[in-house]
Amino acid sequence: MSTELKPGFCQTGDLTAGNRLQSIDVVSVQSQEDRANSLTSGHRACQGCGEALGARMAIDKVMELSKNKVHVVNATGCLEVFTTPFPETSWNVPWLHSLFGNAPAVATGVQAALKAKGMEDVTVIAQGGDGSTVDIGFGCLSGMFERNDDVLYICYDNEAYMNTGVQRSGATPPTARTATTPLSGPHPGNNFGQGKNVPKIAMAHGIGYVATATIANVRDLEAKVAKAMSMKGARYLHIHVPCPLGWGSLPKDTIKLARLAVESGLYPLFEGEHGVITGVTKIRKKVPVDEYLKLQRRFTHLFKKGADTDDLAGVQAIADAHIKYYGLLDDGDK
Amino acid sequence: MLKQVEGSIGVAEAIGLCRPDLVCAYPITPQTHIVEGLADMVRKGKIKSNCQYINVESEFAALSVCIGSSATGVRSYTATSSQGLLFMAEAVYNAAGMRLPIVMTIGNRAIGGPINIWNDQSDSMSMRDAGWIQIHAETNQEAGDLHIQAFKIAEQLSIPVMVCVDGFLLTHAYEQIESSTQEQVDEFLPPFKPMQALDCDNPMSMGAMVGPEAFMEVRALNIAHFDNAIEPIQKISEEFEKIFGRKAGGLYEHYNSEDADTVVVSLGSVNGTVKDIIDEYKKDNVSIGSFKIGCYRPFPGKQIVEQLKHAKRIIVVEKDIFAGVGGCLANDMTVAFKDTDVKIYSVIGGLGGRPIFKKSLIKILDRGMKDELEDLSFIDLDQSLVEREITREDLFMTKAV
Repeated sequence: MSTELKPGFCQTGDLTAGNRLQSIDVVSVQSQEDRANSLTSGHRACQGCGEALGARMAIDKVMELSKNKVHVVNATGCLEVFTTPFPETSWNVPWLHSLFGNAPAVATGVQAALKAKGMEDVTVIAQGGDGSTVDIGFGCLSGMFERNDDVLYICYDNEAYMNTGVQRSGATPPTARTATTPLSGPHPGNNFGQGKNVPKIAMAHGIGYVATATIANVRDLEAKVAKAMSMKGARYLHIHVPCPLGWGSLPKDTIKLARLAVESGLYPLFEGEHGVITGVTKIRKKVPVDEYLKLQRRFTHLFKKGADTDDLAGVQAIADAHIKYYGLLDDGDK
Repeated sequence: MLKQVEGSIGVAEAIGLCRPDLVCAYPITPQTHIVEGLADMVRKGKIKSNCQYINVESEFAALSVCIGSSATGVRSYTATSSQGLLFMAEAVYNAAGMRLPIVMTIGNRAIGGPINIWNDQSDSMSMRDAGWIQIHAETNQEAGDLHIQAFKIAEQLSIPVMVCVDGFLLTHAYEQIESSTQEQVDEFLPPFKPMQALDCDNPMSMGAMVGPEAFMEVRALNIAHFDNAIEPIQKISEEFEKIFGRKAGGLYEHYNSEDADTVVVSLGSVNGTVKDIIDEYKKDNVSIGSFKIGCYRPFPGKQIVEQLKHAKRIIVVEKDIFAGVGGCLANDMTVAFKDTDVKIYSVIGGLGGRPIFKKSLIKILDRGMKDELEDLSFIDLDQSLVEREITREDLFMTKAV
C-alpha cells in the first residue's frame, strides 16, 4: 500500500494494529490518542469481536479525513444491535438504521438530501454485515452501485448470520459448520461451488473503487478508506472480521485469524478501480489453510478421523486458486 | 386557471408546486404518469427547489431512499400501487414507526394473484394499519389538492401520508381542473422543518433497537399520535379552502345524507356514480343520500357516527375484499356503529377493474332500502359460476381422497 514503512524503526512490521514508532504522517489513526472514537466503549459486542474493531477502525479514519462530517447508515445486524440498545448508543456520529435489506438505498436518500441542502461536503457511509450485503440487501446495493451514488459502502464480513445464531449466508465458506449447514451427511458443513464474491461483483459494476481489507492490517485498512474517501461516486470496501462466537475461536485469536486468512490465500487483499484490479497485497509467508482452519471449531470436522480428505483439499484448492488469480506470491516463492 | 389534463399530470403539477427536494420511484408494478411528469419537470427545472429525481431498482428501494432523505430533513415523495406497494411493505411500516413525513400516492389497483392491473382499492387497504394517514380523492381536482394538503399534514404531525387516487378511473382520465399557483401553495405550505434529522453538529442515533423494556411505550406513543391526527386533518382542509377558494379533503362530505333514512358510504371516485344515483332518487323524494369518507386512516369513527346516527341503514359500497374480513370499510363501520341501531350492509363491487354501473348499483340500493339485502353482497357477481366451481372442486377433492 501507499504507506511507506521505515524498517529500521519498526519493531513488529505492519502486522500490529498501530505502531507508535512510526512518524506521525504514517502512524495509524487507531494508535493516536485524539482519534474520533466513533464507536465508543460500552457497546454489547462479544469479546474479541472483529466487526466492532473493523467498524471503529474504518469510521475513525473517515472521521479524521472528513473532519467529523459524516452520516452513517447501518443495516440491521450484529453491529446495529450491539451498538444501539435503546436508549443507549455507542455511536459518536449521526447514525441511521432503517431495515435489514435497504441500507444502500437509505444512504442514497441521505446523500441526495445533503445535495439538496447544499451540504455535499458530508461523507455518507452505508455499512452492514455479509448477510445484509451479499444476500438480503444485494438488490439495493447493486442499484446504488449502478447509479454511482456518492456513497462509501463498507461490508464487515464475518461469513454468516451471527446475530441470530450462526446461519449460513452467501458469504459462508465451503465446509464451514453453521446452524443451517450442519455436520451431517457425506459432506458436512457448507457446500462447495456456492456463495457470492461481492467485491468482484462490485468491480463488475465499474464503480470507482473496490477494495478488500482486514482488521489484521490496520494501516492498509486505513489507507484503503483514505483512497476511497479521495474519490466521489459509489465505492465499496469489504473488511474481513473474524467472529469468535460464530467461528468457535478464542477471542484472543481474532487478529491472528484475520492474518492467517490473508496469509493462507483464502482472503485475498486487493484493490480495483473502474473494474480493473490495480493492486494486490502479496503474501509474506504462505501458510497452509490448516493453520487457519484448525483454530476454528466450525472446521474441526475436517480434521477428525475418517473425514473426507477431499474436503480439506478443496479448501486448500480455493486458497491456491486465489493465489494464482491475484498473483499473491512473488515469483520466487511459488 | 382551468385546464384539461390527465389526472396523473394534474397530480404531478400539484406536487411540483409543493417544492419537493426528492422524488424517487420505481417505474412499474404498476406506476402512473405522475412520476414521469415529475421526472420531466425536474429535468426542465420547473420545480422551485433543488429537487432531484432518483431512478431506483424497486419499490422497496424507492421508499427506502425516501426514508434516508426524509431522515436527513428534506421533503420527500414517492408513488406506487398494487404489487409495488406490497413489495415496499417492510419499508411502509418502518417509515411510519420512524415518523418520517413522506408523502406517497397510491394509484389504487388490485393485488394478485391472479395478476390484474386494473382499479380497485385492495392495495391501499392492505396497508391500512401500517400507521400511514390515508386520504382518498373523489375527482382529479381533489387528487391534486389532496397532495398539497398531504405535505402539510405529514410535516405538521410527523406522520407519513398516502394519497389514494383510483387507478385509471382518475389517474388516466382527462378532466378539467383548476390549477393552483405557486403563491397560493407557498402561502399554505410552509418550508419543511423536521422534528428530528441527521446532523453533524448534534450527532444522534435514529432507528435504535428497542427491547421489551420500552417497546410497548414506543408503540403506544406512536398510536396516540396517529389517533390525534383526525382534528388537524379537518383543520388543514379548512385552511386550504380559505386560501384556494375550493373545498377538498377533510374527514367526510354529506350529499343529501344529513337526514336521510338510507345512506350510501364509500371511498374515492365511485362517489361520483353514487351522487348521480342520489340525484335520480331525489326526484322521486326517496330518503337516501351519500356520505363520502375522505380520511380513511385514522378512521374518524366517532365523527361518522355523530353525523349518521339518524340513519336507519347504511350501505357501504367498496372496492376491496379480504379473507376473513370481507370489506374493510364495512368492517370499520360495523365496529364504529356497534352501540347504535343503525343496520350496516356491506356491498363489494369493482374488483379488478369491473365497472360499477349505475343500474347495477340501483338494484342493490332498492333492495337495501327494503332491508332485503344480505349482510354481504356483490355488484354484478356471476354467483352461479362461483357455485358451479365450488361443486366441481368439491367433487374433485372427494375423488382425490
